[in-house]
Amino acid sequence: MKLPSFSGFFDISWARVFAVFLKELVQMRRDRPTFAIMIAMPVMQLVLFGYAINTDPRHLPAVVEMREDGPLTRAFLASLRASSFVNIIAATPRADEADAMLRSGRANFLISIPEGFERRLVRGERPQILIAADASDPVAAGGALGAIQAVADQAFATEFQGPLAFLARAPPPYELVIHRRYNPAGATAFNIVPALLGVILTMTMVMITSIALTRETERGTMENLLATPVRPIEVMIGKTTPYIGVGAVQVAIVLIVATFLFQIPFTGSFAAFLAAVTLFIFANLMLGYLISTLARTQMQAMQMTFFVFLPSILLSGFMFPFSAMPQWAQVIGESIPITHFLRIVREIVLKGAGFPDIVTDLWQLALILVVLAAMALMRFRRTLD
Amino acid sequence: MSDDIVIDVHGLTKSYGGRMVVDHFDLQVPRGAIYGFLGPNGSGKTTTIRMVCGLLKPESGDGRVLGFDVLNDSLRIKERVGYMTQKFSLYEDLSIRENLDFIARLYGLDDRAARVDKALADLGLVERQGQVAGKLSGGWKQRLALAACMIHEPQLLLLDEPTAGVDPKARRDFWDQIRRYSAQGVTTLVSTHYMDEAVQCDSIAYIAYGKKLLDAPTAEIPKQINLACWSIEGRPLQAAQQMLEGAPGVDLVARFGASIHACGRDPALLEKAVLKVKEAQPHVSIQRIDAGFEEIFIYLMSGSTDNFQ
Repeated sequence: MKLPSFSGFFDISWARVFAVFLKELVQMRRDRPTFAIMIAMPVMQLVLFGYAINTDPRHLPAVVEMREDGPLTRAFLASLRASSFVNIIAATPRADEADAMLRSGRANFLISIPEGFERRLVRGERPQILIAADASDPVAAGGALGAIQAVADQAFATEFQGPLAFLARAPPPYELVIHRRYNPAGATAFNIVPALLGVILTMTMVMITSIALTRETERGTMENLLATPVRPIEVMIGKTTPYIGVGAVQVAIVLIVATFLFQIPFTGSFAAFLAAVTLFIFANLMLGYLISTLARTQMQAMQMTFFVFLPSILLSGFMFPFSAMPQWAQVIGESIPITHFLRIVREIVLKGAGFPDIVTDLWQLALILVVLAAMALMRFRRTLD
Repeated sequence: MSDDIVIDVHGLTKSYGGRMVVDHFDLQVPRGAIYGFLGPNGSGKTTTIRMVCGLLKPESGDGRVLGFDVLNDSLRIKERVGYMTQKFSLYEDLSIRENLDFIARLYGLDDRAARVDKALADLGLVERQGQVAGKLSGGWKQRLALAACMIHEPQLLLLDEPTAGVDPKARRDFWDQIRRYSAQGVTTLVSTHYMDEAVQCDSIAYIAYGKKLLDAPTAEIPKQINLACWSIEGRPLQAAQQMLEGAPGVDLVARFGASIHACGRDPALLEKAVLKVKEAQPHVSIQRIDAGFEEIFIYLMSGSTDNFQ
């Protein structure tokens, strides 16, 4: 009996392997943009994210609601200002103003010092300091809440001297009351699921549009298209409109899943949500379109798309608290559409916000959209040059 | 400018990365003419055609196409020109009818369905209209491309090697169609590598290394080139051919059936070379002949570096 021969299987010609290897190497070198991306991407991303991502949040923005203005509270405020955990962005005697800042996301914390605090402190009545944390981002809230007791102790310690030395005792002569607002249970899903809507929309919208136009260039159909009287803006609108429908379907799916599977309450204004989601989809389509005017092949378009994805996830406040990032990383974050969309969607869905609360992020999103559209139109080559 | 000159461009120049691809190109094409555009590969034919139809912006030069300024009025030109790209550039995932309908919409045509029907009928595509373009053979793709660039009834057709890779029957049909359009007053500028097609053109412009070297009515070309030719017959022909190739004065050696034709621009040098062959191979017979179109086009298309005037 003859055994089947496998020699053909292992009979590898290393010369041929080398031939293919060399050819691949030459092709790789010829494709300059791809080559540049391969080298530059890891370096840029390491530098960018290595420095920017900070899971130990500091400098979180806080607003102080001061119902009293005495020497002790002022000293307390000064100590908070000096602390690296919180960053006091405003001190106001008005409760509604402080509340609005927390809801709109400008402040992550609200530190409220009640009326008669000093008098009751000196009398030994253990007055309360109320700390409300925006728990729609549980990561940011958790880290800073742990530190706030220490900050408060430190703040008062220097004041409890001389005639007030009797207050320097344990337990402290005041009580810290902590409220987690908007997501009292600190459920991560409440934070992640609405935000995932932004990530999903970014991924599909940017990728699909960037590939759709590049395909025309790659297959040569662009030459025919350019030979007809069609205008760049007509191509842009015509090519991106179908994907608005795709985006709308995705939004509906995420909303249904969020409501029925995760039981996430939709507390805010639906009209404001629709306005934001529309702007956001348009901005992503323009971003994809801009990429497609830069890339020559679908492969390049794909790689550039990933170049957008990573900051969208890492620098937008999706995974890590935005306010804990260094200033320059925040600047990058502010310039990508998803950062603004995430804030809006969290404010609307979890905090019950309406148009007035999201107006800043809304117009910033609109500004990004206009800039992206203008850049895409300028880049679109009316000729083959 | 005269209404009868459809393409009237002067000094068109284009370079890529410092390399001059088209160098001060002039062209005047009269209405209704079939103008052949010849030249070796990479000589700048495609670039010139793209500049004429507004797909590329010339670095210098100016001119008018269908009476519109090539530099500033390319949209108007695009509306009136049918451009057939060298590579099939319609949508392979759309059917024949969908492709034609799409193009008709881009040109903003009225009576779209009727025009598409007519285009399908004109080019014999009716039975295949539902077929996806990507599945068509070369000849059918080429018919579809021609139908697409004729759908808006352009006054000028720019065809960039339209018959490359198409079988002879389909090529003949294609040229019959071009002549029918020409009879209707449509002007055609067509680049080609086939001499049987070049012979059918009214006039020929020959371009090499970005420079136009020749531009004349087809019938006058033999006179202008002034190519001397000898025919060599008998045996051993292969040995004779080897001797002639590369010999001084011999610019072209080509088989014509049972004989070899050796041609050159310098009659004296050529004669010397041919006589040398006769000496070495006494059994072959040599005979001086007049250069025909075929010899001339082979000579032109072989990409000779000669700078004839």
